[in-house]
Amino acid sequence: MACFLVPVAEAVVTTVITKAVKSRETEPEALKADTGSFGMGSKIPFSRKLKWLNNMLWGGSALLAFEHVWHGEIVPWFPFLTAASDPAEASVMISEMATVGVSMAALVTAVWGVMLLVTNAMEKKALRAQPDSN
Amino acid sequence: MTLLTTVFAAIICTIIWYKNDPKNEMKVGILCWMYWGASLMWLVDAIFEYVELHAEYFTPAPVDMLNDFCLGLSAVALGLVIWLVILLIKDPNGVVKAALFKKK
Repeated sequence: MACFLVPVAEAVVTTVITKAVKSRETEPEALKADTGSFGMGSKIPFSRKLKWLNNMLWGGSALLAFEHVWHGEIVPWFPFLTAASDPAEASVMISEMATVGVSMAALVTAVWGVMLLVTNAMEKKALRAQPDSN
Repeated sequence: MTLLTTVFAAIICTIIWYKNDPKNEMKVGILCWMYWGASLMWLVDAIFEYVELHAEYFTPAPVDMLNDFCLGLSAVALGLVIWLVILLIKDPNGVVKAALFKKK
């Protein structure tokens, strides 16, 4: 009904956080890593990693919003969500947002978290390998 | 069917990104994030639907299947349009700029 609104809300928050983090990151981090055939590279800034989450949340929400338009759950006139005009349906919509919507946002964030762990491990491995190659 | 269509789109885009675009010149990565994000969200939707319908979830009516497949294809097309707009606006290779400001 309106489950995509939860990932949208998260995307707004993470986009603001990304801007704040990026403004604090002046220069690429001093740590250098050997990135295989691409030679020396910097450690990936956290703002770039946050951008991965933003892209997943915004992109996924956009396609999900399209699905809601397809099913007639979003309309171009007020209150824009068909379920919001009927109090009985509105409570179902809110319950769906609390279950499906929150689960969607949580799963996307969890997958991003796993990606962070993997990239951090790869960065550490590359940084550790660097002194050996010199 | 919508989930399946988006997952296939995500896999194809990821393969294209891995094979051709390590420097991100065509910004295929944006498509990958978009399709993977949508796939994860539709996966959650599918899990909730399965919990509600059980085995019936796997035997949808042909009309519903066709409708879902059309929705999946339309979602993939919308994703491609969004990617194209971002590509033309960011113009990483300067093609749009060169076409607009070339001297005759």
